[in-house]
Formats: sequence, C-alpha cells, structure tokens
Amino acid sequence: MSVSVVIGYILMFVGVFFFLVSAIGLLRLPDLYTRMQAATKSTTLGAISSIIGIGLMREDILIKSIILAVFILITAPISGSALIRAAYKAKSPLTNKTVVDKFREKEGE
Amino acid sequence: MEKANYLSKVIFETLLLFLTWILLTESFALSELVFGFLISLIISLGSANLFTEHGLSHLHPKKFFYFVVYIPYYIYQVIKANIIMAIIVLSPSLPIKPGIVKVKTNLKTDVGKLALANSITLTPGTITMDIDGDELFVHWIVVEDESVEGATKSIVGPFEKFLEEIFS
Repeated sequence: MSVSVVIGYILMFVGVFFFLVSAIGLLRLPDLYTRMQAATKSTTLGAISSIIGIGLMREDILIKSIILAVFILITAPISGSALIRAAYKAKSPLTNKTVVDKFREKEGE
Repeated sequence: MEKANYLSKVIFETLLLFLTWILLTESFALSELVFGFLISLIISLGSANLFTEHGLSHLHPKKFFYFVVYIPYYIYQVIKANIIMAIIVLSPSLPIKPGIVKVKTNLKTDVGKLALANSITLTPGTITMDIDGDELFVHWIVVEDESVEGATKSIVGPFEKFLEEIFS
C-alpha cells in the first residue's frame, strides 16, 4: 500500500459521497430548477474526484485521467445551463417558495 | 483586445493541439512527434478562424500568470460550493429560498462571458440561465439580495477581477 493508492481510495470515497448527495437532492428538492443545481454541481465534483482517484491508483493512466477531469470541468456547466433554460422556456413551474423572478420581464409575459 | 491575423491564430491552435498530443501519447519518439505536429497543423489550417479570435495574444505573460493563479482559486470555490450544497440537502428543514436574479458584467469578449457563466454555475448556490448583452440571469438557491447591484456584488464580484485581467 503506497501513499498514492491510499489518496486514490480517499478521493474515490469523496466522489461517491457527492454522488450520494446528488441523488438525495434529486429526491428532496421541490422543483426542477433546484434539482438541476444539485445535479450539476455534485455530479461534476463526484466525477472529477473519482477519475483522479483511479488515476492515482494506476500510475500509467494518471495524465490521461487529469485531461479527462479538465474536459468534464469545462463542459458540465454548459449542459446544465442549456437544460435549465430549456425548462424555463417550456414553462416548467417554479416552486411556491420562490421569492423573485427577473427572467419573466425579459421574456415579455 | 484586438482581432488577431490568420497566422497568429494557426500558430496558437497548433501549439495547443500539439501539447495535447504529447500529453496523450506520453512518448518522445521522433516519429510520434513529427506525425503529431503534422496532424495539428492540418487541423489548425482548417479550423483556426472557428477556434479563437485573439490568437497568440492569449499567451501574454501577465494574462497567463493570472490564468495560473485563477485555477486553484476556482477549484477551491467548487469544493466550497459542494459542501454548502451537501449541508442544504442533508439538513432536515431544507433551508432554501430560490429565485431568479439579474446581474451585470463588465466583460466584453464572448470567451470571457462564457468563462464567467461557467464559473458562476459551479459556485455556491447559483446557476446561469441566460446571457443578454451585459446582463446575466442567474437562478439562486438562497436569495440574499434581490436588487441588481447587491446580487452583482455577491455573485460576480469574486471572479470578475481575475477574468478582467485574463480576457480584457
């Protein structure tokens, strides 16, 4: 058991924990927009730390795993933004806890 | 930032693609290097105008320094955002107060606005919905301030001083 393998296991555990948080968030939060927040943030960090953890265990794929993590970090927020805007244009309802909606003025409704 | 000419764009894209090639092949054999350079050059000649607008001016030392400093700060903010999200999701009372607010930005270039929108999406409790000129519409999971000025200060403030240096 070298040090890098131990760090790799710890990072994989952290990644799995954030995937679990994301799943609980999908069940507990009230509307599509808040669920998107939980899904986008937690799955991004979960995927990145799992991939880098595997890279630390297997030294020969460390550089490739870091490149993969960077691509995920760049592209995941774009898909989140696209989905949440599409949901708003399809008139998905906001939860009744919502306090302010500035987007409606621009849409002209 | 002024528009670069075609040659500068081709050199910039070739450098980036060649660096990616070296990292992925992990070998310094001469045949690998020559083949990778030729492939990078052919792709760059075709797609340089789509890939970048400012070419080599991205590699200005001051901009590059701020970019390197920005990366650890960004990773710190992502981890902080996830811990806050975990606290919200796992607490029994579910302390949310969601809303959509409007923020203003001073960034002019398209790439700068994209970087700002991505940074906002992965930081505590906010997700970018739309960009319209210099206005961004942001969904915020715990609204602290409904006014445009207050929201701008607390959402955009931390990132803009870095990104203005990088993409000015």
